[in-house]
Amino acid sequence: MIVATIAFYIFAGVAIAAGFMVIAARNPVHSVLFLILAFFNAAGLFVLMGAEFLAMILIIVYVGAVAVLFLFVVMMLDIDFAELREGFLQYMPIGALIGLIVLLELLLVAGTWTLAPEVASLAASPIPPMAEVTNAEAIGQVMYTQYVYFFQAAGMVLLVAMIGAIVLTLRKKPDAQRQSIPDQVARTAETAIEIKKVEPGQGL
Amino acid sequence: MEIGLAHYLTVAAILFTLGIFGIFLNRKNVIIILMSIELMLLAVNINLVAFSAHLDDLTGQIFAMLVLTVAAAEAAIGLAILVVYFRNRGSIAVDDINLMKG
Repeated sequence: MIVATIAFYIFAGVAIAAGFMVIAARNPVHSVLFLILAFFNAAGLFVLMGAEFLAMILIIVYVGAVAVLFLFVVMMLDIDFAELREGFLQYMPIGALIGLIVLLELLLVAGTWTLAPEVASLAASPIPPMAEVTNAEAIGQVMYTQYVYFFQAAGMVLLVAMIGAIVLTLRKKPDAQRQSIPDQVARTAETAIEIKKVEPGQGL
Repeated sequence: MEIGLAHYLTVAAILFTLGIFGIFLNRKNVIIILMSIELMLLAVNINLVAFSAHLDDLTGQIFAMLVLTVAAAEAAIGLAILVVYFRNRGSIAVDDINLMKG
C-alpha cells in the first residue's frame, strides 16, 4: 500500500507541476511537451484508480494524436511568440483572483459534501471483480449494450469534426491541374480528334 | 496514509484551476488557451474516473471516454480554425478576432 501512496504523490505532483509549466512556459513547444508530460502522469493516476483501459486510451489519443497535432500547428505557423507574450503580467492579478476564487469554491464544495448512505446500492453498472473480468472487457460489456447510442453519437461527433477540419483547411488552388469528370464524359470523337486528308507526296 | 477519493478530487481541482488561470494569463495566445482547455477537460476526466472507482460504478469511465472523444474533436476543429485564421490575417492574436466579421 505504501508503494501506491508514493506512486500517487509522484504522479499527482508531476502532473500539477507540468500543468503549471503548460501555462507558464515561454516557448509554446515546451508548453506542448509539458502537456504531454501532464497527460502521461494523469494516465498513471488512472492506472492507480484501476481504469487501465482509459489510461491507455488517454496516452494513445492525447499523446499520439492531439499533442502531436498541437506540435504540428505550433511549428507550422510562423508566429512571433514574444509579441504575443506582451502584457503577460498585465492579466496576472485578475487571473490570479479568478483562479483563487474558483479554487476556494472547489475546496468549499469538497469540504462539505457527503455521499448518500444508499449510494453503494445505486450503481448503474457495477464494476465486476478485477480477477474475473478485465477493465477493458467490463467497459466493452457496458459500452456496447447500455450506452451503444452514446457510442454511435461519439462516432458521429468525430466524423463531423474530421469533415469540418478538412473543409476548413482545404485550399482551392486556381492554377492546379484537376481532373474534371463531366468534361471527360462530354468529349466526343468529333471534339477529340481532327481528321485530315493527306495527299501523297505532300506534307500537312 | 490511505489514498482516497478526496486526494484525487484535490488533484483534479488544482488542474482545473490551472486551466482557468492559463486562459486568463495567456489572453493573447490561442494555442495556449486551447491547451488550457485540454487541461481542464483532463481534470474533469480525473474527477469522473475517481468517482467511478470510489462508487464501484463503470458509468463514470464510460462518460470519461465520451469526454475524451469530444475533447479530441474540439482540438481538431479548434486548430483547423486557428490555421485558417492565421492564413487570413498572418497572426493569431486573440485581440484581433473581434475584427473578423462577415
